[in-house]
Amino acid sequence: MQLSGGNRVRLALAAAAGALLGTPAARGGSWKLDSQVLYYSETDRVTAIEPVISARWERGDGQTLGLKLTVDSLTGASASGAMPSTRPQTYTTPSGHGIYTVGAGKTPLDPSFLDTRWALDAAWETPLGQLWRATFGAHASIEYDYDSASLSAALARDFNQRNTTLSIGVSAGYDQIHPVGGVPRPLASMSPEVPDDQAPLNRLGDAETKSVGDLLLGLTQVIDRRSLLQINYSLGMSDGYLTDPYKLVSIVEGASGADSGEPVDQLYESRPDRRTKQSLYLAYKREVRSQDVLDAVYRYLWDDWQVRSQTLELRYRRDLGRPGYLQPHVRYYTQSAADFYARFLEAGAPLPSHASADYRLGELTDWTFGLKYGKPLAHEREWNLKLELYRQSVSAPRAPPGAFAGLELFPSVEAVMVQVGCDF
Amino acid sequence: MTIPRRARVVLVLAIPALLAGCAAAPRLGAKPWDRGELAKRCMRLDGYPLEAGIDDHIYFSKEASSGGAGFAGGGCGCN
Repeated sequence: MQLSGGNRVRLALAAAAGALLGTPAARGGSWKLDSQVLYYSETDRVTAIEPVISARWERGDGQTLGLKLTVDSLTGASASGAMPSTRPQTYTTPSGHGIYTVGAGKTPLDPSFLDTRWALDAAWETPLGQLWRATFGAHASIEYDYDSASLSAALARDFNQRNTTLSIGVSAGYDQIHPVGGVPRPLASMSPEVPDDQAPLNRLGDAETKSVGDLLLGLTQVIDRRSLLQINYSLGMSDGYLTDPYKLVSIVEGASGADSGEPVDQLYESRPDRRTKQSLYLAYKREVRSQDVLDAVYRYLWDDWQVRSQTLELRYRRDLGRPGYLQPHVRYYTQSAADFYARFLEAGAPLPSHASADYRLGELTDWTFGLKYGKPLAHEREWNLKLELYRQSVSAPRAPPGAFAGLELFPSVEAVMVQVGCDF
Repeated sequence: MTIPRRARVVLVLAIPALLAGCAAAPRLGAKPWDRGELAKRCMRLDGYPLEAGIDDHIYFSKEASSGGAGFAGGGCGCN
């Protein structure tokens, strides 16, 4: 049998995945290999490259085994949370062994942002009798300063001639954070630069942990032969170290001071050590005409940090026949600020118990516009290319004092995202 | 645990819709031999899991919300 180049690659990858699992590929099952790569680039900030490869083994009896490897490589600069100033500012790097300067009027960005994350996911799905299905999953990831592991289990049952599916899932995870330079003492002053043989000041220890638990209830309903609806409720609880060890909150001189509005101190941020969030999620899919599909998703999320968010996503897959398909996409996201979010703290005022200037906890309005082109191949394989533009706008909760007039305190973030997907 | 006003509105709308849906459920749906369209990749809710996973990871690291379609999880120092 003459194999084409593509087939040889496919067989070799399937054999490699089979060897990895210690399972012979040829035991009545079939392998499917998918890959996806993301290139993500923010203007003047973070750049990320994230390749993902997954192998899925399907046995004739409905059992499937999936493995997924993700590598996530980040470089660039990230907003530290500190305030800009009308003068140049000097900051200590997280290790405490270096400094960087930020120009007058510039948003302080920590330039030492560099990490690679390796993540492995495994999932085993098996039917239990005629109407039940169970899925068990495991996840592990490592990066320079963060390790994570979790297990999950889900059970689904079909009703009504398999037109209705109810599901319940639980997941438990455990993460360990070992920040560069140690764990900063919450709301303590940023350490000054120290010699290489000394630990930075205001540290609590080397590492912290957090545990995460999730519950997911789902209902999927086939409406008719061309449409279906999914409704999910989820409850997620996090307990432990939820602070970002690299973020700062500036103390600025109040309106009555001679140097009103200028930063006088930089503190390490502090977040509560518990968070409970819940969400309602609705997804609707409808085949408008042959292979033209409308996809609408809405999510409402609320938590005990007083974050409320709404997400609306719309996609329309327009079939072009032999050339493939085009899929325009729009996503709108809006979020209220966490109750301890503060762009800055004022000198002389009593310190709150928690404070974070991380804009991701502030009031946000985000838009994503995208276009995907896909070329379906035989056996449900496909290659596709997706280009998206993402813009985050942060709203100002209150007017800053004095010197900030004219400085950009809430810069928007713009990113370009490109994804390429290919099934072997 | 308090439920915010907007969530209550969503719940107030969603619960009757859900009950009505459940009542109508036996009449909803398609016969097994009539579900060919729904089995196509473009109509499956999880037709593109790798792309969905990457999208979730992007927004998880840039916003204060995650999950909904699946587990919110943790597993990353980016948030």
